[in-house]
Amino acid sequence: MNDRRGGNVVLQVENISLAFGGVKALTDVSFDVREGEIRAIIGPNGAGKSSMLNVINGVYHPQQGRITLRGEVRSRMDTHRAAEQGIARTFQNIALFKGMSVLDNVMTGRNLKIRSSFLLQALWWGPAQREEVEQRRKAEEVIEFLGIQHVRKTPVARLPYGLQKRVELARALAAEPQILLLDEPMAGMNVEEKQDMCRFILNANQEFGTTIVLIEHDMGVVMDISDRVVVLDYGRKIGDGTPDVVRNDQTVIDAYLGVAH
Amino acid sequence: MFYRETGNFRASYAQDARIFPLALDRVAILVLLALAVLVVPSFASNWLLMAILIPWLILSLAAIGQNIITGYTGQLSIGSAGFMAVGAFACFNFMLRIDGMPFLLAVLLAGLTTALVGVAFGLPSLRVRGLYLAVATLAAQFFIVWTLENVGWFTNYDPAGVMTAQPMVILGYHFASPAEKYLLVLAIVALLALAAKNMARSNIGRSWMAVRDMDVAAEVVGFRLMRTKLMAFAISSFYCGVAGALFAFAYLGTVEPSAFSILLSFQTLFMVIIGGLATILGSFLGAGFILLLPIFLAIFFDFVTGGVFDKALLSAFEVLLFGAFIIFFLIVEPHGLARLWQVAKERLRLWPFPH
Amino acid sequence: MTPLQMFAEVVIGGLMTGLMYSLVALGFVLIYKASTAFNFAQGAMVFFGAATVVGFAELGVPFWFSVLLAVGVMILLGVVTERVVMRPLVGQHEITLFMATIGLAFVVEGLAQLLWGVEVRRMDLGIPDVPIEWILTNTGLLITQFDFFAATVAAVLVGTLAVVFSRTKVGRGLRAVADDHGAALATGIPLQRIWMMVWAVAGIIALVAGMLWASRAGVQFALVFLALKALPVLIIGGFTSVPGVIVAGLLVGVAERMFEVYVGSPILGGGTEAWFPFIFAILFLLVRPEGLFGEKIIRRV
Repeated sequence: MNDRRGGNVVLQVENISLAFGGVKALTDVSFDVREGEIRAIIGPNGAGKSSMLNVINGVYHPQQGRITLRGEVRSRMDTHRAAEQGIARTFQNIALFKGMSVLDNVMTGRNLKIRSSFLLQALWWGPAQREEVEQRRKAEEVIEFLGIQHVRKTPVARLPYGLQKRVELARALAAEPQILLLDEPMAGMNVEEKQDMCRFILNANQEFGTTIVLIEHDMGVVMDISDRVVVLDYGRKIGDGTPDVVRNDQTVIDAYLGVAH
Repeated sequence: MFYRETGNFRASYAQDARIFPLALDRVAILVLLALAVLVVPSFASNWLLMAILIPWLILSLAAIGQNIITGYTGQLSIGSAGFMAVGAFACFNFMLRIDGMPFLLAVLLAGLTTALVGVAFGLPSLRVRGLYLAVATLAAQFFIVWTLENVGWFTNYDPAGVMTAQPMVILGYHFASPAEKYLLVLAIVALLALAAKNMARSNIGRSWMAVRDMDVAAEVVGFRLMRTKLMAFAISSFYCGVAGALFAFAYLGTVEPSAFSILLSFQTLFMVIIGGLATILGSFLGAGFILLLPIFLAIFFDFVTGGVFDKALLSAFEVLLFGAFIIFFLIVEPHGLARLWQVAKERLRLWPFPH
Repeated sequence: MTPLQMFAEVVIGGLMTGLMYSLVALGFVLIYKASTAFNFAQGAMVFFGAATVVGFAELGVPFWFSVLLAVGVMILLGVVTERVVMRPLVGQHEITLFMATIGLAFVVEGLAQLLWGVEVRRMDLGIPDVPIEWILTNTGLLITQFDFFAATVAAVLVGTLAVVFSRTKVGRGLRAVADDHGAALATGIPLQRIWMMVWAVAGIIALVAGMLWASRAGVQFALVFLALKALPVLIIGGFTSVPGVIVAGLLVGVAERMFEVYVGSPILGGGTEAWFPFIFAILFLLVRPEGLFGEKIIRRV
């Protein structure tokens, strides 16, 4: 457990409500995220956790509420604006570019750092070539960090599930994000893989100071690595605090045990 | 045994990023180019140059354009012939109406004009996806051909609607003989193919493929959907435009709308499907395949029926065979001939060992 | 003839053409609904159907028996297509399926020409193309017996399909398949059989459309391009809506005719039918991307 609980608030969501037709995914959810912390979002299935990440990231636009990112208040986030502001994420169902290799996928994470025009790229000359090589170097750092060097040229569609998840994390980390949104990064993994993934997440947080917002079902992981936890149930927030506080909250326990309410 | 990867060490990322990382590949391509430039013009017959090599190079260029929008970016376009027509007519008109316009500049301007037209028709793609876009490109195809046929200004009010292409003169040198035309086309196509390959392995290429594979994730990673798609359209149209100009000037010798019918659009699409989507090599292989198949069929039919066959029947069989090949490749080897080539090379790397 | 009469004739002419478009588009919608594949070969099938009927008739087979045989052939064609082309490609990218059907279109065209030859032939359904007297005398409008026949046939076909879709078990199964293949399988719906049925029915629709169209224009290769015209109809009507496609077909037919008569011929030099439906569809798309009745798709990530 680390002590970075005291950072400034870097992301805040207020009164977020999101509905699809008649289905209410989120109702009046508010919480904040402090710089450098690991914030977990937990809750039973269908609680709206992925939707919450999608709202933060701009994939979904809420009907109500505000998002404040580093002081800037908006009622809806633009996906690429979020990316420009340093938010990167992984998805529950792996959103890798299936037609490309591992290396190319990770390189797409570097895209916002690339400045040269397409004409120079077409010529593969001078500044464009140097930039491409430099970005390759940076991408390789992330690849090494996650231990996927041996498959860097393999098309991602051919990799086993666990490795694909790692590649997705690599792509997100390659962007050198300030805030990393992880949607069930350990789903479908065995114990060993989970330990590896935990280690990667913690390293990213400690070495690079990345703020992490994490959706996870494995309570052990959540309690171990997160600084604070938000609990959602049926689209509403029912708990917010440190893992110990949340663990002992009766409402949370009821929600997980399925007590009617 | 001869073709292998051992001993080829890449000591830097720059080396690893080369188009031909294996030394033997580099040698092979240089030899091929040398043959193409030095040997072919002297020894190839005029028929071979005019009927096979020149159209193959030009169609490969159009196929690269088609591949950029359909193979790399995943947007289905059935209007490439229309864009080729724009290129041909633009080149013709630039040379006609501006005194002393150099040929190469006219070609470049024709390409840029086509890029603009491509962007105009590509704008609907911003709000719609996949099959809907095919309709927009069909619209482009029909509208462009109709406009060129009916609006007299483009054909300089020629009553027949068919104009002779102006001679290709660069820095005073007139490229007139088949060998000269061949070398000019070879130079242009080789340069543009190299540029396309460079783009494909750079950030812009990755932006296209990301949009093709999963546009939501592409946006999340920071690619701008609209800009990426429009760039793909613009660059793809540029390639088709240049190909069209060369088609009229270096191959047909005339500038007429009927040369750019919807059948040609289907042919370029078939070239990239059979040749290999999202590969530059595939564009060349596919173009060659589409070009040579009718010829082989004709020879085969001639041989089998002893010279007595119905032309129409032959063309019907051709059509059938093309369709069958498309279906075959899509089911069996969706990555086309380029992938088959790659597999062959990999086997060669292991030869004489089985694995 | 008064301007009003002229206008009415243009509209009616457009409706007739539009009806043809609707019929062809209907075949598309069916297949799309069942397998989310866009069957580019529908137009070629129209041509193939008409050519088969005429082909058998020329061999001396009595006309209506030829039609029956052609129905059999179209069903066979549909079944074989589903088996050989569509099934191996299940689950692939939409565009891959589309490109496969383009290949299929070429195969069917080539086959039709190989089997039945390439000359233009006449199709005679026995319904004279003469104006219906009492309409002519009362309103001055030229509507022929054939127009009436075609409209009736189309209406009956569409009506039958609509009823089958919404009321019968088969229709429900079809809609289930269109929504979610996995779920349909899980509830015991015979996926393969439904697909084969759909392709067979689409083939029959193509045959009907082909026969109607060919009676007017002759059995010729240009029928294939009918398919391309059906695309804008699908765009405007929405790929999945039967009523949408009918309305859109009529709309496109009328709009195309009116544009050609009032703008195309006098001002632009004619021949605008070649591109008008497509541009019309694009402009429509800019305003309403999902078409008239199509569904707004919400993607969950």
